[in-house]
Amino acid sequence: MSYCKQEGKDRIIFVTKEDHEAPSNAELIEDDPNDPYEDHGLILPNGDINWNCPCLGGMASGPCGQQFKDAFSCFHYSKEEVKGSDCVENFRSMQECMQKYPELYPQEDDNDSAPSGGADNAPTASTSTDSLPTSSPDSTPAATENPAAS
Amino acid sequence: MFKCKTVWNKLAPLARASSTLCLQNARKSALRHGRRLEMVQKAQMSSGPAGGGGENTLYYVLIGATCLGAGVYAYRTVSEDKDRYNERMTEIVSRPKQGPQAAEAVAEVVAESKEEPVAEEPTLTEADVESTESEPIAEAPVTKPIVEEPVTEPTVQASIPEPTVESPIREPVVEASVIEPVAEAPAVTQNEEPLAPVVESETEPTAVIIAEHVPEASSVSESAAVPKAAPAAEPVEPTAAPSDVPEHAPYLLIGGGTASFAAARSIRARDPGARVLIVTEESDLPYMRPPLSKELWFSDDPKAIETLHFKQWNGKERSIYFQPPSFYVSPADLAKVENGGVAVLTGRKVVHMDVRGNKVKLSDGAEISYEKCLIATGGVPRNLQVIERAGEEVMKRTTLFRKIEDFRSLEKISGEVKSIIIIGGGFLGSELACALGRRSTDVGLEVIQMFPEKGNMGKVLPEYLSNWTTEKVRKEGVSVITDAVVKNVTYKNDKLEIKLKDGRLFKTDHIVAAVGLEPSVDLAKSAGLEVDSDFGGYRVNAELQACSNIWVAGDAACFYDIKLGRRRVEHHDHAVVSGRLAGENMTGASKPYWHQSMFWSDLGPDVGYEAIGIVDSSLPTVGVFAKATAKDTPKAATEQSGTGIRSESETEAVAGALKAKTTATPPPIQQKEDYGKGVIFYLRDQVVVGIVLWNVFNRMPIARKIIKDGEQHADLNEVAKLFNIHED
Repeated sequence: MSYCKQEGKDRIIFVTKEDHEAPSNAELIEDDPNDPYEDHGLILPNGDINWNCPCLGGMASGPCGQQFKDAFSCFHYSKEEVKGSDCVENFRSMQECMQKYPELYPQEDDNDSAPSGGADNAPTASTSTDSLPTSSPDSTPAATENPAAS
Repeated sequence: MFKCKTVWNKLAPLARASSTLCLQNARKSALRHGRRLEMVQKAQMSSGPAGGGGENTLYYVLIGATCLGAGVYAYRTVSEDKDRYNERMTEIVSRPKQGPQAAEAVAEVVAESKEEPVAEEPTLTEADVESTESEPIAEAPVTKPIVEEPVTEPTVQASIPEPTVESPIREPVVEASVIEPVAEAPAVTQNEEPLAPVVESETEPTAVIIAEHVPEASSVSESAAVPKAAPAAEPVEPTAAPSDVPEHAPYLLIGGGTASFAAARSIRARDPGARVLIVTEESDLPYMRPPLSKELWFSDDPKAIETLHFKQWNGKERSIYFQPPSFYVSPADLAKVENGGVAVLTGRKVVHMDVRGNKVKLSDGAEISYEKCLIATGGVPRNLQVIERAGEEVMKRTTLFRKIEDFRSLEKISGEVKSIIIIGGGFLGSELACALGRRSTDVGLEVIQMFPEKGNMGKVLPEYLSNWTTEKVRKEGVSVITDAVVKNVTYKNDKLEIKLKDGRLFKTDHIVAAVGLEPSVDLAKSAGLEVDSDFGGYRVNAELQACSNIWVAGDAACFYDIKLGRRRVEHHDHAVVSGRLAGENMTGASKPYWHQSMFWSDLGPDVGYEAIGIVDSSLPTVGVFAKATAKDTPKAATEQSGTGIRSESETEAVAGALKAKTTATPPPIQQKEDYGKGVIFYLRDQVVVGIVLWNVFNRMPIARKIIKDGEQHADLNEVAKLFNIHED
């Protein structure tokens, strides 16, 4: 059974799990999807890529930032059947650039997956320097495996 | 103009004195006159005009005498100054020097100087004379300007005055430094004449620039270019070749901490090819501070102190540096590297800011012009007056904790001494106390923490929670002394003696003072920026802008929060958020402070909390608690979420929806009164302005949403339900 007490201006409530089982009737304001100020995820409401998304870590701002942006934009806007298959060149130059900075973009030793591994590892590698949740960056590089592999 | 100013400064007291004298005389004579008039009136104005005339003459004589005296004094002072100046000149000339140029320059200077304040002169010409390398650079008249010039700063390098009013650009002067060949000689033009008349206006000495920046400058220069000649090169600095200071940086970030780095990243992300220059006083590349008082102390790795790497709870290792050195471009290359980059100039302090001229001056005299500038200077730890007054021996044994070197030094000291006292009961003090307390059992170290409040985090947490926290800190091996106001500190018998106001006496080997942060606002004066009187720091608007091209972020920014009002926040996440926002606004975003930053603290493995908004213990609070189980500790939180530091999982996460998490088995509830986990709401006028998540983690988005809504909720228990505190 929950109870409540007051210590001066501070109120303290102890609640049991049962007390909190009923759904809350607290009213929250609807989120405006077009709120210009709100931080958006990787993709902005207008469809563009949010290069400043914390999820990208330092990818868009590092020494290979330009190559990364080119490659990723190309992939994002690609209308090919195999998405991004027209962006091999961009990914290749990104790969080349990243190889110049092994400390920033640690490469995998596996040769086969080198092209995709590079791209794959790049976002996750930067977790050693800044952090990323594993969810979103994985999805994007994973998809890039297709053009690289083919 | 500065000449006039200094002249005026000299004359002003004089003028004031003489004017007050005049005034007093006037009043006296007026009074006398008045009285006389009265008397005269009564006496039917027998000697009215005559008497009045007599009074007047006396009055005029007095005034005249004072003015004359003032004039004489002024003349004497100024001519004395001039004499002194000339003496100094000749003295300098007689010093051994390298090139004929120097002498020439100096001679010119001496010749052309008329009466003027001498304060700045010697330094300027001194610099001229300090030529250790001769070069084939045009000599001559660097310095006619001195006639009117406001040579305010000493420059170690060759100073070249230039008109700043008309054309706020300077051409790089190529000098044969030891490093660069004088390849781009064309840049060096010797053209004295145009300088002379132009020079009537303000000019400033500029630093010598390296060859690389000729292309940069030429793009910037106008047709009415102001060519300069460097009479002498500067001696190569022991710390760094002055020639590695770029002359111009499109984005200049003053300060090399968290806010600055976040801004740099933001700018680079939004402006392709941006060239960002960070100028920092510290000798380290940008790094994050929280681990210095948390994780680095708990590391098992003996090399951690050196490498500043630490293993997070989940085993992933990382460095406190945001990026390894290879991420950065060298300052010398910044202008020419193809896709731009971020360069860090370490060990340099910006001492002067010319807002109208869009340039800054460094401590070594170099000048850097900018298009957009961010001030992210953070602050310096405050010290207790009693310690400052206590003398050298006490100061030597006191640590003001902020930087990497403070961490290293304290770490070393903690292994050497027998007793440490920490003064301060806030975040830093409590975290350090817990960190040192943990060591105390291993190494036989006595750790005492003392502060004026009634409990740890007394200014942040409501009293009941602060008391509970204090108990936990005590369990970490710290002897906590509450209600302790330090009266004085002395050094006696190789020990520090701390005497409290209530008479208690403590003896220790070392003191750590964690009593707050003084925001660094040194540039406010030269830049003409407003400093906030309530919170300290530079006053900026909701978009973090101080004036047209200047933004301020991080600890030093007192900004307007649209939801919560004007505030200044000294937390890591705020530095990241505000730095990122400033970077966005510097690249044209025009966004106000919107995303509420959070902060967190861990006091040992059992007590951890995250908080957001205004968390001030003087506000009324409502706390909703459940009992904590073994699963509800900071350690568990990081293990579960699979990320390292909680700050990372919070700030680096993609903006997500409010999803209530559900896990398998809920923990059993016990009826004991224990503040295991819960959520505390801080209210201002019935609106929730701050929330503390007590041992519940990964719920920050919900908390942020509630604050953003700014609604008045009738029943906060209902709001608390949104947090699902009983589940993981």
